[in-house]
Amino acid sequence: MAAISREEVAHLARLSRIEMTDAELDHLASEMGLILDSVSKVQAVADQDIPPTSHAIAMQNVMRPDVVVPSLTNEETLSGAPAREEDRFKVPQILGEE
Amino acid sequence: MSREIIHQTAAEMSAELASGNVTAVELANAHFDRISAVDGDIHAFLHLDREGALAQAASVDASRKAGEKVNPLAGVPLALKDVLTQKGVPTTCGSKMLEGWRPPYDSTVVTNLKKAGVVILGKTNMDEFAMGSSTENSAYGTTRNPWDLSRIPGGSGGGSSAALAGFEAPLAIGTDTGGSIRQPAAVTGTVGVKPTYGSVSRYGLVAFSSSLDQAGPCARTVLDTAMLHEVIAGYDPKDSTSINAPVGKMVEAAKKLDVKGMKIGVVKELAGDGYQAGVTTRFNGALEALLSAGAEIVEVSAPSFEYALAAYYLIAPSEASSNLARFDSMRYGIRIGDDGSRSAEEVMKMTREVGFGKEVKRRIILGTYALSSGYYDAYYGSAQKVRTLIKRDYEAAFAKVDVLVSPTCPTTAFKIGEKSDDPVAMYLNDVCTIPVNLAGIGGMSLPCGLAPEDGLPVGFQIMSPAMKDELMYQVGGTLEAALQSSWGQPLYASAPTLAVK
Repeated sequence: MAAISREEVAHLARLSRIEMTDAELDHLASEMGLILDSVSKVQAVADQDIPPTSHAIAMQNVMRPDVVVPSLTNEETLSGAPAREEDRFKVPQILGEE
Repeated sequence: MSREIIHQTAAEMSAELASGNVTAVELANAHFDRISAVDGDIHAFLHLDREGALAQAASVDASRKAGEKVNPLAGVPLALKDVLTQKGVPTTCGSKMLEGWRPPYDSTVVTNLKKAGVVILGKTNMDEFAMGSSTENSAYGTTRNPWDLSRIPGGSGGGSSAALAGFEAPLAIGTDTGGSIRQPAAVTGTVGVKPTYGSVSRYGLVAFSSSLDQAGPCARTVLDTAMLHEVIAGYDPKDSTSINAPVGKMVEAAKKLDVKGMKIGVVKELAGDGYQAGVTTRFNGALEALLSAGAEIVEVSAPSFEYALAAYYLIAPSEASSNLARFDSMRYGIRIGDDGSRSAEEVMKMTREVGFGKEVKRRIILGTYALSSGYYDAYYGSAQKVRTLIKRDYEAAFAKVDVLVSPTCPTTAFKIGEKSDDPVAMYLNDVCTIPVNLAGIGGMSLPCGLAPEDGLPVGFQIMSPAMKDELMYQVGGTLEAALQSSWGQPLYASAPTLAVK
């Protein structure tokens, strides 16, 4: 079975910016092993020389004419903001105190 | 079943509206009454927009009265999956993360519906961010299957399928990343179509897995589905993956009722062990009906489909881990723990802990793993190679046949709670629908009978080459007509009567 440790899950949770309790980390670590086992089948083709497909119907360089079109107003853009100050999104501090 | 207006097909309602036998306002109210009567048990809807719906209905009535030319579906009610934005109407995606969010813009699907005069009754329940096959992953409670309230209505679009099967709406919109339109259609005895990728705009569809997500039409009949398909499809410059080509003639195809000389391929790999006996029986019965209607049935092999499920459960979580990074509590959605002492990053982590449910977290972690250095080639890279193999299997098959067919799912509707603690068992449910998404082609599910052992609906899947969606409607329409004439009535008419409150 593909083993994935609790520490690895904790690292992935940090990368994903999700706080997790110890119980959640333990549970997820055991589940991840089972899920990875069930998807490891794809590795049968890992060494084969097959071009990857990222999109089923490939398109390249989709552009629009460089002209101004109407967009949301400030008021509409800020309508769902958890916090705002004047015409801006208000966010918690980004830089540390020290 | 005493036949009331809510039991009619969308095409019949359209005719009643055109002849003036009923108004759009009356039709909307009849459906709101039905929702009040049965949705306490079904829980298909998360939000009703009575005011907006009745205003739209009144405007359609006024247009008709003034003799203006309107779309055939003008005034026909619809249930909208809660993953598509509708200006000013709550859009949650079944997640706590977006509780209370009212989008400032319409998705293109909604813009097209409004333009056609379709009356949007409200937003339907779904697995959180469309991740799931049962609606059990909704943060707002599970939807129940109108055929058996102890069973799932499918997922992620279980609210839309249950609304159709419960006669709460004649039309619905779903989205399909790995089967979220077709599997709910199968287990509720309704019709659902995943159009060719890029043929219906994704603008305003909250992204789960961008290279797979596709919105599509749902209804109780093939013709109704075709009518809705023509309303929502079309090129949209706001979606860079939108295909700039005319929409096919779906309605015309659905009305052909002729498959003489068509070649239909049965996918060998989508059968056998793990398929419920009654599913196989009804699937074979449908093949016989197509044969009698003059189609040629051949067996086709798609050897790489064996890897499809595994590839999907790497690609979709990988894209989801990236797409769901946008829920950072800064610009919209909920924010937790912002007491002035915490940094933006701490607030972000606390918000995502509270805002996301178990399955969403599971997939974000899996996707982050599959994309991380050291594992990328083995997992995500390999999955993308599998995708190429699956496309090639379809290309080879479609060189020999017009459409491919399979059961839509291996089983009928399972019990609520039966698989909720076993993600791998839950994922297996999508084994027949996923290859379609990986290749970007079209897929339809329509009912092909009730499984003898449990009396629950079985879905028949039709797959058509990219940009030839009309072929699904031609075959689906013919099969539906043949089956209904052998049953003496449509399958949905034999659904149990719901308790009315």
